[in-house]
Amino acid sequence: MKVADLVQKYGLSVFTKNVVLDKKIEGGYVSDLLSDVMGNARENEVWITLQTHRNVAAIASLKDLAAVILVKELVPDQDTLEHCESEEIPLLGTSLSTFEMAGKLWSDLNR
Amino acid sequence: MVTELHFLIHGGDFTKTGSASSKVKKTLKSLNIEPKQIKRIVVAIYEAEINVTAHASEGVMNVTISEHEIKVTITDKGPGIENIEKAMEAGYSTASKEVREMGFGAGMGLPNIKKNTDELEISSVPGQGTTVRFKCYFDKI
Repeated sequence: MKVADLVQKYGLSVFTKNVVLDKKIEGGYVSDLLSDVMGNARENEVWITLQTHRNVAAIASLKDLAAVILVKELVPDQDTLEHCESEEIPLLGTSLSTFEMAGKLWSDLNR
Repeated sequence: MVTELHFLIHGGDFTKTGSASSKVKKTLKSLNIEPKQIKRIVVAIYEAEINVTAHASEGVMNVTISEHEIKVTITDKGPGIENIEKAMEAGYSTASKEVREMGFGAGMGLPNIKKNTDELEISSVPGQGTTVRFKCYFDKI
């Protein structure tokens, strides 16, 4: 499943405007503790979080994540968005809760 | 060939965190260092950056990349660490409420550094500051 497929299937908002969505998703990670993500998330996973500040972009880039999904209709800070654009990390949004979004992604990746 | 990088870290300024790790990551890539090595080095450097930003007033990071290893020294001016052994425990944190609200301060920084490096040395003078030194060997994973 590619990032674009996930966007289409769940009607995700796409905050970044110039980032391609063709990365293949290899898993997901749920955490709002940044050191937990730094220590445990893996390349090409989709990170689902409610943190909206710029370090989300820095971490997603350092860990080569496939995309970041902000839940509960949260919007990113302006500098988060800019940093995702420059680091080419798709920054997405959903109205779903973390539980629902993670459940759906898990199900899609494990069929 | 030896590559040296120097970074100034401003305490309390979370808008720049990750910039040192990002620069080191790009440099290691350009030197054709193995991706597995880059992954673990980046975690250690980022956590070290965050520690200075979260706790100290300022810090300096020196990175030396040679053929077989990367050596990193971070020295800060700050509160120092009262009990280094305790600080190494996963989950133990002295971070402020503001820092925790951002999702930092879970007490995983030093454990993450230890897990991702081959040598780690921490020295501190409470009330003055802390120096963290670590090394990763390129032929070791």
